[in-house]
Amino acid sequence: MLIKKPNDIPSSEITPKSSYVSRRAFITGAVAAGAALAGGAVLRNSISSGAHPATVEAAGEKLSGIIKSHYSATETPTSYKDITNYNNYYEFSTDKYAPAGLSKDFRTRPWAVSIDGMVKKPKKLDIDSIMKLAPLEQRIYRFRCVEGWSMVIPWVGFPLSALIKQADPLPSAKFVAFQTILAPDQMPGQRDDVLQWPYVEGLRMDEAMHPLTILAVGLYDEVLPNVDGAPVRLVVPWKYGFKSIKAIVKVSFTDKMPPTTWNIMAPNEYGFYSNVNPTVDHPRWSQATERKIGASLFAPKQKTLMFNGYSDQVASLYNGMDLRKYF
Amino acid sequence: MNKIPEKLLRGLKVVVFLACLGPLAVLTWKAFHQLLGANPVDVITRSTGKWTLVFLLVTLAVTPARRLLRMPWLIRFRRMLGLFAFFYGTLHLMTYVWLDQFFNVQSMLHDIAKRRFITAGMTAFALMVPLAFTSTRGWIRRMGGKRWQKLHRLIYFSAAAGVIHFLWLVKADRSRPLAYGLVLLMLLLVRLVTWLVGKLRMHHAGAIIAAPALRRQVANTGDEPI
Repeated sequence: MLIKKPNDIPSSEITPKSSYVSRRAFITGAVAAGAALAGGAVLRNSISSGAHPATVEAAGEKLSGIIKSHYSATETPTSYKDITNYNNYYEFSTDKYAPAGLSKDFRTRPWAVSIDGMVKKPKKLDIDSIMKLAPLEQRIYRFRCVEGWSMVIPWVGFPLSALIKQADPLPSAKFVAFQTILAPDQMPGQRDDVLQWPYVEGLRMDEAMHPLTILAVGLYDEVLPNVDGAPVRLVVPWKYGFKSIKAIVKVSFTDKMPPTTWNIMAPNEYGFYSNVNPTVDHPRWSQATERKIGASLFAPKQKTLMFNGYSDQVASLYNGMDLRKYF
Repeated sequence: MNKIPEKLLRGLKVVVFLACLGPLAVLTWKAFHQLLGANPVDVITRSTGKWTLVFLLVTLAVTPARRLLRMPWLIRFRRMLGLFAFFYGTLHLMTYVWLDQFFNVQSMLHDIAKRRFITAGMTAFALMVPLAFTSTRGWIRRMGGKRWQKLHRLIYFSAAAGVIHFLWLVKADRSRPLAYGLVLLMLLLVRLVTWLVGKLRMHHAGAIIAAPALRRQVANTGDEPI
């Protein structure tokens, strides 16, 4: 497959410098706070599980050995503050500002991801071994929410294909299904039946194997904060955000299109594919434009790009498909 | 509390007026101090929308409240509260026109026609316009009490359209719009009950000469705007 680099981004789309500078100031503070937090977390972990080594990584801890990727967008990332304070994480709350606080004490260790279904090597992988499956890369991706807002996020992760290869799927496996942890004791949102829990998502095998599809374990060169789906989440940058399932505990291989949470909730509004597509509106609102988080209050919305700007890389996956029908 | 001194009433009106400006003051203060979070336009849209609905419901609560609490003077606040509903509704609409759509007329017309939640919202606003316009004493006199009252029953439909607008725009969590809907339903039910009781009493009053107290009440339900 021929992979092209994304086109240059017009200067009008780049986050204004003022917010970039204030982000730096914030990160300095966040790193200091993170360091203090990490100290506490290590201590807590060594008390709770004596056998566990004291190298447990906690949110805010710096990740090392990250390599840059040519798949990264050239845009300036959204501020750390906005990425970690504004998102949809219905397991904690339907309010976009609430998960940041509610997810603070979410336990990401111990954590295991089971891989099963149509594979030659079903297995259960510990999160620390998952983080060593492949070299960690920085992937700065555009992120487009189905609600009409967008960010630019500097994820740290590795291609999902690295994990898939470990499991060695059977040729009959055509889809990959993912599942979020079910932990209503820790996730207050799961005590309401706003959605069907646990959250499930899925990809076609070729989408899952695509080099742009990653498992993210970090953000801004640090361990992924709980609010953004720690310890491990999916990121599929050409699809609406809800496809990028968080806090994954299960990956299954199957020959049937797996059920997906928002599709179960409203099948006429959220399809299995959910590729970012400015020409196919959500039944209740337009998808032609998006509000860039961090832009000025009086800045007009920007145009949404086909496949969120990743057409060159992914359009060929959908050759001959009617994207109005398979929305 | 059947009657309160005119002076106190005027003072109260000033207090209520300033309190009604509170939500706008908070929004403005937050905007100037960059406290509107990651998506300020969304916060402004939601806040102005919420206060429009709240003021519509509070306005609708005035009539039942003055009966139940026996505080007839509450009527003196109704016009102001209704106009504040219109005020926040206008801010809500302006947020959409300016900050969300950036005066893109074509896109807005498309939105109004195609998106049912926008259609409902626009309906709710459009129904408030004649009410705000005819809210003065002069217009009550010009139209005559009965006709004016009939026109102003449009507020029921405006509030209902507002709740539907909210209900149709949420993604999954319908609890808040349903809560507003429930309050509206209760406020409308109170009116239905009052109307039915009034009808029954009228019927009885026609058959037998009712006690003076009852007659007074009948007269009351008759000339007060519902």
